[in-house]
Amino acid sequence: MSILVDKNTKLVVQGITGREGAFHATRNKAYGTNVVAGVTPGKAGQDVEGIPVFNTVRDAVEETGANTAMVFVPPRFATDALYEAIESGVDLIICITEGIPAHDMMQVYTHLRRGNQTLIGPNCPGIISPGRASVGIMPTQVFNPGRVGLVSRSGTLTYQISKELAALGIGQSSVVGIGGDPVVGSSFIDIVTRFDADPETDLIVMVGEIGGNEEEKAAEFIAANVSTPVVSYIAGFQAPPGKQMGHAGAIITGSSGTAQGKKEALEAKGVRVGTNPTEVAELAQQALAAQ
Amino acid sequence: MALPSDGAICFVNTSQGRRLDLFEYQGKQLFARHGIPVPRGEVADTPEAARAAAERIGGKVVVKAQVQIGGRGKAGGIQLADTPEEAEAHARKILGMDIRGHIVHTVWIEAASEIAKEYYASVTFDRGEKKPLVMLSAAGGMDIEEVARTRPEALATVHIDPLTGFQAHHARWLVYHAAIDQGAQQGVVKILQQLYQAFTELDTMLVEINPLIWTASGDVVALDAKVTIDNNALYRHPELLEMQQSVTEDPQERLAQEKGVTYVKLDGDVGILGNGAGLVMSTLDVVALAGGRPANFLDAGGGSKADEVVAALEVLLSDPKVKVLLVNIFGGITRCDEVATGLLTALDKLGATLPIVVRLDGTNEDEGRRIIAEQAPANVVVEATMLSAAKRAVELAQGVEA
Ligand SMILES: Nc1ncnc2c1ncn2[C@@H]1O[C@H](COP(=O)(O)OP(=O)(O)OP(=O)(O)O)[C@@H](O)[C@H]1O
Ligand SMILES: [Mg+2]
Repeated sequence: MSILVDKNTKLVVQGITGREGAFHATRNKAYGTNVVAGVTPGKAGQDVEGIPVFNTVRDAVEETGANTAMVFVPPRFATDALYEAIESGVDLIICITEGIPAHDMMQVYTHLRRGNQTLIGPNCPGIISPGRASVGIMPTQVFNPGRVGLVSRSGTLTYQISKELAALGIGQSSVVGIGGDPVVGSSFIDIVTRFDADPETDLIVMVGEIGGNEEEKAAEFIAANVSTPVVSYIAGFQAPPGKQMGHAGAIITGSSGTAQGKKEALEAKGVRVGTNPTEVAELAQQALAAQ
Repeated sequence: MALPSDGAICFVNTSQGRRLDLFEYQGKQLFARHGIPVPRGEVADTPEAARAAAERIGGKVVVKAQVQIGGRGKAGGIQLADTPEEAEAHARKILGMDIRGHIVHTVWIEAASEIAKEYYASVTFDRGEKKPLVMLSAAGGMDIEEVARTRPEALATVHIDPLTGFQAHHARWLVYHAAIDQGAQQGVVKILQQLYQAFTELDTMLVEINPLIWTASGDVVALDAKVTIDNNALYRHPELLEMQQSVTEDPQERLAQEKGVTYVKLDGDVGILGNGAGLVMSTLDVVALAGGRPANFLDAGGGSKADEVVAALEVLLSDPKVKVLLVNIFGGITRCDEVATGLLTALDKLGATLPIVVRLDGTNEDEGRRIIAEQAPANVVVEATMLSAAKRAVELAQGVEA
């Protein structure tokens, strides 16, 4: 098995006639993903490399039975596209767009979390279940079918670590880029929970970075709820400490958000943390060998 | 009380959400537009101008250093002046002052208030909850952090549903639980509503008033203004975009801003260009592990095209400390052939002769590597992995040093 995207995925691409939308929709299709439709207002009746284009997501869903939407729409129009996707009733929405204002995303997130649809991203590279489906912008050649579940906030680090895993002959069940924005639809905890429930995932690799406290929350959660082994990588040890403008951040001290703080929180809960992408792949190899 | 998690770190990169901190005087201009009472004041950038401003304002004034960092009062950057002469003397001392790495180029001269009480009010984006958090305390002023630590009950907090917004009942709840003095309650309720409105309408990540004062004559006034804007929303706030121009100090950072490149200067000698904040941060870490010192953080961004690579290299090469360049690209949405073309164009245009170590992987990697192999000058070396590229760059930097 795999999580979120697989052979049952029927994908509609919002913004399919744009430069990036067309390029990546075509590549996703070439990988074997069932790309059933595209949406660009005013362009119904056209097609992109054989993928039919509709005016609205609802039309696309009604005509093709799409169950997953990928949003490739520029930031100013992306929240509208997200609400449109939510209202079309698809199960899963993957938002690649970078640069959506945080206030907009706070509202989308609050609305979405009241229902039971899943949002991945924004500002994410998408999801790939190697050998089954790729939805997003990931360079597919670095991923191979296997039994590691990879979840990451950073797109490029996802590729880097997958390449390191490939060098050791290790593939993935699924790879999920949850996105780097302050407000994203799914957290580490959401994705780790799915991997833990997936019988074909033997090990989880969690790739975090400075800022926020999602890694620390995940550390607690993993210790209490997750039976699949987890190894981790955190980027940003050399990042300069941010300056403090107001008092609000410091008053209510949550976690520090530093790479060191995250590493310590994870290690305290028994999650091994590699110091560089190569070492993380080695830790994964050791953890798999120990099973 | 829930724990916001966005505390000490606001490292500028895409993954943390780019932010723009405003000066106090800019924040106060915005507050005034939202109906929040602020003292009358003027900006000055010379002691003489400070004196003239003090004369126009009349009476006692306060001379305030304008830097994008808190704790100015404790650093001596806020001084009371009884006369215009005194204001000039204070401005002379404060202008040019270094407040924790921030040089003071301007002062704000404002009418001194008669303070009866100092309160604290803020609205901040709570990343952990993904909701706005409003905080209010009757024990505001320069020691608010200490108060929050030792007497957390003195700080009233409430999370707001971003879909339904801030209601009057939230304001009442805060005012009662923060034990705001009765005579000031009405004024504080009104200001909280205006502050929340400013928070959403200006797309801010933080609006903070410390102190929010209750004056001897019974008014509630904002004596300080800390405002942080979400850069992703600047496209719908042209007036804020203008404020941004005035705040960047470092020449490389200013150039980066003009060129639209995400850049943070560090103090090493290995210049770094990568795509994607995570990979760039990891590159800095790997360079440091290899014994080198990164000169910068530079994220050329997703979908970097040739032009962006040229702009990025222009920024990097304008830093005289950079001895070696490490270009670390893993293309997803970015295409390696476009990066390679950009690199060659930039080298041609800028005539750079320093050693450049390149690692290219991902989308269109073969074309990218072919372009470099066939057309790049001799100072460009290609390494197969990120780790080996980092090591090579560090060796070269040390070699140049010796
Ligand atoms: N217009 C004014 N009239 C009277 N006193 C003032 C005035 N402005 C500032 N002060 C006094 O100076 C103190 C510090 O000023 P302010 O809060 O603006 O700067 P700050 O030190 O940078 O703030 P923070 O500690 O919140 O970062 C205030 O708490 C107040 O007591
Ligand atoms: Mg203050």
